[in-house]
Amino acid sequence: MSLELAANDGVIPTGHALAQSPLAVRGMTVSYGQTPVVFSVDMTVAEGAMTAIIGPNGAGKSTLLKAALGIVKPLAGQVSVFGKPLAGERHRIAYVPQRASVDWDFPTRVIDVVLMGLYRELGLLRRIRGQHRAKAMACLERVGMVDFADRQIGQLSGGQQQRVFLARALAQEADLYLLDEPFAGVDAATEKAIIDVLKSLKKDGKTVVAVHHDLATVADYFDRVFLINTRKIAEGTVAEAFTPENLDRTYGGRLATGQIDQLDLVAV
Amino acid sequence: MLWDALTLQLGYNATLVTIGAALLGVSAGVTGTFLYLRKRALVSDAISHATLPGVALAFIVMVVLGADGRSLPGLLLGAAVSSWIGLLCVNWLTARTRLAEDAAIGAVLSVFFGFGIVLLTVIQTMTAGRAAGLEGFLLGSTAGMLFNDAVVIAVGGAVTLALVVALRRPMGLVAFDPEFAASSGVNVRRIDLAIMGLALAVTVVGLKVVGLVLIVAMLIIPPVTARFWTDRTDKMAMISGICGGAAAWVGAAVSATAPSLPTGPIIVLTSFALFALSLLLAPNRGLLAVGVRHRRFQRRVHMRQGLLALAQGQPIFERFTLTLLRRAGLAHADGVATDDGKARAAKALRDETRWQVVRADQAFESAAALYDGLRDIETVLTNDQIAEIDRRIGSPKGVAT
Repeated sequence: MSLELAANDGVIPTGHALAQSPLAVRGMTVSYGQTPVVFSVDMTVAEGAMTAIIGPNGAGKSTLLKAALGIVKPLAGQVSVFGKPLAGERHRIAYVPQRASVDWDFPTRVIDVVLMGLYRELGLLRRIRGQHRAKAMACLERVGMVDFADRQIGQLSGGQQQRVFLARALAQEADLYLLDEPFAGVDAATEKAIIDVLKSLKKDGKTVVAVHHDLATVADYFDRVFLINTRKIAEGTVAEAFTPENLDRTYGGRLATGQIDQLDLVAV
Repeated sequence: MLWDALTLQLGYNATLVTIGAALLGVSAGVTGTFLYLRKRALVSDAISHATLPGVALAFIVMVVLGADGRSLPGLLLGAAVSSWIGLLCVNWLTARTRLAEDAAIGAVLSVFFGFGIVLLTVIQTMTAGRAAGLEGFLLGSTAGMLFNDAVVIAVGGAVTLALVVALRRPMGLVAFDPEFAASSGVNVRRIDLAIMGLALAVTVVGLKVVGLVLIVAMLIIPPVTARFWTDRTDKMAMISGICGGAAAWVGAAVSATAPSLPTGPIIVLTSFALFALSLLLAPNRGLLAVGVRHRRFQRRVHMRQGLLALAQGQPIFERFTLTLLRRAGLAHADGVATDDGKARAAKALRDETRWQVVRADQAFESAAALYDGLRDIETVLTNDQIAEIDRRIGSPKGVAT
């Protein structure tokens, strides 16, 4: 991980670093109506690292991810994925949306949801064969949900739902994994299962970016942080950027000093 | 006579109409499944009402050009154009203004329908009118339908069905998780338009059979019926198609035997009968099954609480609990436990204590997640684990000193 990647205080990454980055966002601005939710944000995700996107509620964390993926139409800004335009590189990206964004009473089984991850492979008409099912089952195995393959998704607990979503992303066999609040409202066992999978992805050289809420676990789970509150606050390794000053700027003093102290941060 | 109609023995034309209607019913059921799953079922109501001005204008144009104003393909083309405009209006209002979709639907539906009625009145005053038949588009009528008309409907139904089958995967994906669909490169807007366009096609093709007031029922009732019977999208689409096809078959047959009965209402009522049966009788989701399950659950709760009360020597005031215990031979009428009852109560209390240990211990986390106050602990833990827990609780101490 080269140091010039840490675009901490306005240091623009070199052309080479940009070209290498699994996900580079420039001047991203998204607004709902007249209010910008994300304003002129630059982000350069470091390859092979686990990055947490951190910020208060409504700070544009999820919106930034969605805009980077083209799910939300940005007002301005450009995105490159592994140095190329997004459109041709979608197959290298897996995305885990927020669990609450779908209707879990939808008539579909766990295995069907995971098979959705193979959509690009299957296309419109190709039949789902044994090999596809085997792949889906292997993904369920990795998140510990094999026994639930034939369950209707409405019968799952919140944590199990999240694991199924992760399995679907694994089925996409991507190089870059983008997760929107994967740990929100899940039980401790699921949190552990998810972080184990993410760490194994990292070990395989994959890049992981997750919107994250729990400041207490940032240092344990992630290598790098990206602090945002509509505008980018800081970006870098946990040691560089996850500092009390930056957190204070991100949360606008809404975090009590006590809370920050509890995080046990090493002052830089 | 009705039997003859149902078994297609009522002559060539009636047979053709029945088959055409059934095909249309199948494709409406299958298309409606995706419309319903995308939670946009009501848009079809706007689409169908927006066909009326198109039908009327097409009639006027054809008459002015000297053609036969009642040519079905011409009328359907007009219907398709004006309902497409209606659909675009709903989409535009929803996307570009602060109007919510329901308000947009209401606005478009009523304005287009009102305009259509005005045009129909105008047509009736036209000398070249011979408007007889256009009212059939309101409630549907298959009586006096021509061979060519039936072919148009059958072919239209079949083509729509083929398209839905071809697009089922992206449509299902978009209906379940549009954000994920977009992230994997599916053009969500285009798929949404396809769902709407197919619903529009079914509506237009079905206008003559069911009528624009009721065609929305053919798109909505079958999928809702099918949802009771399955938890899978593909099966739901299939069941929905079968329900829609069957209802249309019956409706067209009944209407063929009694030409004064409009087809649309008969189809809708048949469809509703299937829905009502499903609502009551379907396994898992049917009212009866839900009621039985709730009752059974209630009994388990009362039983368990009654046993715990017995074990702790508390009086039981709940009459239902007492009745249950007495019927099971666990308590006497005065609420005193029988010997059997004492044994079961002791076991219930012990299980409760064991559960407390399980829930307090991180090592048993997955088992603890299953705690609901009702489950026997043996169903969750192995005998070895239970023995280990019992060691921690400690066995009953002797009283003698």
